[in-house]
Order: sequence, then structure tokens, then C-alpha cells
Amino acid sequence: MTPAADNRRFARKLAIVALAMIAFSFLLVPLYRVYCVVTGSNDATVRRIAYGDAVKQQVDTSRWVTVEFVATTSGTLPWEFRPETPRLKVHPGDMVLTRFRARNIGNRAIVGQATFNITPGEAAGHFHKIECFCFSHQPLGPGEAKDMPLQFQVDPKLPADISTLTLAYTFFEVPGTQTDDEPGASKPA
Amino acid sequence: MAEIALHGEEHGHPTGLTRWLFTTNHKDIGTLYLCFSLLMFFIGGSFALVVRAELFQPGLQFVSATTFTQMTTLHALVMIFGAIMPSFVGLANWMVPIMIGAPDMALPRLNNWSFWILPFAFVMLLSTWAMPGGPPTSGWTLYPPNSLQTGMAFPFVIFAIHLMGISSVMGAINIVTTIFNMRAPGMTWSRLPLFVWSWLITGFLLIGAMPVLAGAVTMLLTDKYFGTSFFSAAGGGDPVMFQHVFWFFGHPEVYIMILPAFGIVSQIVPTFSRKPLFGYHSMVYAICAIAFLSFVVWAHHMFTVGMPLAGELFFMYSTILIAVPTGVKVFNWIATMWRGSLTFETPMLWALAFIVLFTIGGFSGLMLGLAPVDFQYQDTYFVVAHFHYVLVTGALFAIVAAVYYWLPKWTGHMYDERLGKIHFWISAIFVNVLFFPQHFLGLAGMPRRIPDYAVQYAEWNMISSIGAFVFGFAQLLFLYNLIRAVRGRGPRATAQVWEGAHGLEWTLPSPPPYHSFTEPPKIDDAQAHS
Repeated sequence: MTPAADNRRFARKLAIVALAMIAFSFLLVPLYRVYCVVTGSNDATVRRIAYGDAVKQQVDTSRWVTVEFVATTSGTLPWEFRPETPRLKVHPGDMVLTRFRARNIGNRAIVGQATFNITPGEAAGHFHKIECFCFSHQPLGPGEAKDMPLQFQVDPKLPADISTLTLAYTFFEVPGTQTDDEPGASKPA
Repeated sequence: MAEIALHGEEHGHPTGLTRWLFTTNHKDIGTLYLCFSLLMFFIGGSFALVVRAELFQPGLQFVSATTFTQMTTLHALVMIFGAIMPSFVGLANWMVPIMIGAPDMALPRLNNWSFWILPFAFVMLLSTWAMPGGPPTSGWTLYPPNSLQTGMAFPFVIFAIHLMGISSVMGAINIVTTIFNMRAPGMTWSRLPLFVWSWLITGFLLIGAMPVLAGAVTMLLTDKYFGTSFFSAAGGGDPVMFQHVFWFFGHPEVYIMILPAFGIVSQIVPTFSRKPLFGYHSMVYAICAIAFLSFVVWAHHMFTVGMPLAGELFFMYSTILIAVPTGVKVFNWIATMWRGSLTFETPMLWALAFIVLFTIGGFSGLMLGLAPVDFQYQDTYFVVAHFHYVLVTGALFAIVAAVYYWLPKWTGHMYDERLGKIHFWISAIFVNVLFFPQHFLGLAGMPRRIPDYAVQYAEWNMISSIGAFVFGFAQLLFLYNLIRAVRGRGPRATAQVWEGAHGLEWTLPSPPPYHSFTEPPKIDDAQAHS
């Protein structure tokens, strides 16, 4: 083989490595999800369980756990959003029902989707949701208000050193349901 | 530049503009890379001076808060992708073939392409100043959602980054292929000059890391224009994931910018110590170890995002582990000088300043690498001080040292030694006036990327800005000294140039002929280990 052809062959192999690394960068997306499940980050371990399974849990009346609620909206979403009560003291195993209230103070209909986050992350695997407004899209017309339920249960197997959980919800506008101009087209100077 | 043409082959080569446009000669392309990066160095430097002028006093004096953050973004992008990286590629183009006894680079046509992509990329990047909304305000890391709020400049920035990535990956493929396939007979792996070794490993880092950046910015692009939700929480994505993908590229990137500098210093220190390099093999192993570790430490850039304890510990330990091979290298440089017969010509001065000041940058890196204390330093001026010590007094000082060291070889004329020393001392003093106070500012809590600050930070900011202006304008001395040598105003350089220099490049006349080593040289032990 001529040296030039040899060089081209070797360079092609290196180019394949470079292309494989582009593929790898996209592979990092599912890998990140796996990482979140393994470590409990991003609440990938929060479980949605059926009502029937939840009632079977033994209530641990010897222990109190404080659950705090935080409600925010992202960026420019013109919604008011707050919990009915800022914090609740519950027994592990209790079935607890609480409400959040959202009101669209804008002048157009908006479909919202809430994301959630639990701190500390180790607790995420021991927080069960039976019913939650975050399971589905929430449409609100201009000026419309809605009470949205959350039914949850703290698992009795919650590590003993955790006495307070913070549950944070953030409402986002669902992409693609937008009716006004492109975001970012007009940027504040 | 004209000098190179005078010593060309008899049958000649194109002259004028087309010579530079169509050239496949490694020396021409090396010269193009070096001139381009010098231009970018001054452009990026002028952005930095705008930043420092604004920070001279509290309050907003010269530019708006938006323009300020855009300045910091483009300063970083221009310096990293326009000044530091292309200048290393330029040095590799010039020196790797003549250090390993090859007639040219392995893929000369590809070489021409990898350079000529760059001017287009940077015209695109810099043209964002003229667009409505202007460049991103997010800093060079382009974290979403901030970077997604960029106006119509956004796709131009992304495509410019794609082009820079393609350019440097092609350059890296070329250099690695050259080193693997084009070594002269007798140039065994254990006789390879350290600069060549360091570039071999850097080439692999580029091939491994740059495509990941391409992937990350492509995801940003589709998030903004094609309705995907890689990083948008509303659609089930996660902005923190961008930080993981970005720093998976970003940490190898910082070693891409420092390994060739290690190689340069490993060439210069033995020359002016008149001793062979101490611990050649451990130097090579250290480079390989640093390169490997660079792929498993990325999350130390994001200790505060909320990682599990095991993650914090893993990334902290692996980060601190890098200090071991780096310490080996610093030890070897010092041991090379031990009982050597040292002289302090300009390249040696820059190399010595590199060893001292880069080590200071390494120490602040150790502080930042400790997860618990990083919660205090994260996003403060301490971080700014750290990475400017490793990139300015590290990478840039090594590049300047390399230019002074090899300039007589390239041009056939000595630079002005007195002027070189003046340039060195002004730079070495004022770069510390510029960056050392930023450690204090950071420890006192001054955040990065802010155009205005509380009055308790005023004194150190003023001192830092004074340092910046003197350091910046001192580089004009460098420019003058370069032009002077290129125009042939200094005394003629011998082939050997430096008394203690070893290696194939010093067996060629100064300047080397347009085509060198068309007959491969024979290498024996006496010539090895420069």
C-alpha cells in the first residue's frame, strides 16, 4: 500500500471515532436518565401508586414527618400558583389530601404542566403519589382559577434521620400550545 | 513570511494570495494558524479590556449590563477557540513534521481545509455583534435556559462552534495520523520529542471531546427551533443535563489547552539547562494519566447543582488525583534544571514563569476541587483567577515561550533579545497585578460575570484593571518583536540557534527549506530526547 493510502485509511478510522463520539453525546441523554434513577436525583424514583396499594400500608403513629410545599411558576407564565397550606405534619403511612390553587391572570388560554422536585433526594423513593395534578396537562382560560388535588403518602420506610421533606412544584407552559409570538424573538435589552 | 519563499525549491510554488489560499505546505499552514491566532488574541484581548474598563469602578460607566455579559461570552469563545487552540495547532503544523523527520503532514489537503474553515467560523461568530439582540449573554458555557434566550444570533453562534469543532477535529486527525505513520526511520516512540508526545495525546482528546460539544450545542439548537425538550423542564427535559454533557467535553477541553504547553516547556527547559529532560518516560506516562483522568472529572464544575454524596466524593477524589501526574511533571522540570548550566534567554524566562505561575493556578484548582469548599468558591472571581492562571500564565505563556524559542528557526533571524526580556518582565509582573487580586475578590464573595459590584470590592478591582491594561498593551511589544524578526531585521540565526538545543528541527537550516526531509533522516540515540 502507498503511504498516502495508508494515511487516508488511518485518518478514516479516527474520523469514525469522532462520529461515534457525536453518537455518544446523544447517548448521554438516556444515560442521564439511568443516572437519575440510580441516584434518586431529579425525583426519577418518585412512585405513583394505586389507591388500593396505598391503604395497605401500616400507619406509623409514633413518628411525625413535616411535608413543606413550594409552588412557583417559570419565567413569563402569567399564573398565580400557591399551596392551600404551606406545610403539613403527617404520620408515615397516612393518606393525605391537600390542594393547590392556580389562577390564570393573563388574557389568553394557556395549557400548563407542573414539574416537581423533592428535597432531600434520598427521600424521593419514599414519597408516593396517589393522585396529582402534575400527572396531566392543566388548561386554564383567561381569568380562570382551579383547585388542584394532591393525594400522597410518605412511606413508613422513610430513613429515620429525615424529618422534613420539601415538595416543590413549578408550572411551565406546555411547549407547542403557545398562541402568542415566538419566545426570544423580542429580547429585553 | 516572504523569507520562507526565498528558500523554496527551484521549481517554485505559487506566490501571492493564492499561495496562502491553496497551500498544502505544513509550514505555510502553520504560519497561517499562528497569524490567525495572533489576530484573535488581540480581538479577544480587546473584549477583555472592555470588561476590565467597566469593572475599574463600581457602577455602570461604559457599557450596558447586557453588552458586558456579551463581552465576557465572546472574550472566552474567541480566546479559547480562536487564540489558544489554533496557535497550538499552528505550532504542531510547523514543528511536528520537522521534529519527527517527515516531509509534510499526512493529509496536506485536509490540512488546508482545517485552517480555512476557521476565518469563516469567526466572521460568523463576530458578526453576531451586528445582529438584533447581539451575542449570547450566557458566557461561553452556553447554559440553558439563558443561552436559549439569545436573539437571532443564536444559530450563528451554534454553527460557528460547529465549524470550529470540525476544524479542530480535522486538525487533530491529521496530527495523530502524521505522528503514527510519518516518523522517520529510527524515530521510535521512546525517542519522540515531548512536544510531539503531548500533541499526540491532545489529538486523541480533541477527537474524543469536540464531537460531544457538537452534540450538546445541536441539542440546544433543536430545543430552540425544533420543539425538542432536551433541556426544557416543561417538556420533561433537564437543564442540568446540559451541564453534564457540556462538561464532559469541557474538562478534556481544558487539558487540550494545557498538554501542548507541557510539551513546549519540556522542550525549552532542557535546552537552556543544557541537560536532557529528567524522567522522559514518567513525563509521557503523566501526560497519558492526565488525559485519561480528564474524562472522569467533569462534574467538579457543577458540585453545587445537587449531586448525591457519592457523586460529590467520586468527582472530588478523581479531581485531586490529577495533582499526582501534574506534580510529577513539575518535579521533572525542576529536576531537569537541577545542576544544569542555566542561561535565561527570553524563551527560558517565559518557560520558568509558566512553571511557577501554572503551579499557582494548579493550587487554586486543588482548592476548587474540594467539594465542600467549592460551595463557597463556585461562580466567584476565585474561579476566574484560577482559570486565568492556568490559561494565561499557563497556556498563553507557553505559547509565547514557544514562539520566541522557534521564531529564529522559522524566520532565520533572531528577535530582539532585550525587547523580548522587557516584554517578559512587564507581562510577568502585570499579569499578577491583573489576576492575583481576583483571588481576594472571589474569597470575599464577588460573583463572576457582573458589570457592577458592591463598593467593598472597589480597590482590588481597580488594581486588577490597571494590571489588565498594562499587560494588554505590553503585548504590542511582542507584535513589534515578531514583525521585526519576520522582516529579517535581526542578526541571522544559525541552524542550531540555541547552544543546548537537541532534535531534528535544529539540523535544518534557519529558515528551513520549503520542503524539508524529502529524504528521511536517520535518527540515533545521540539526537533523541531533545
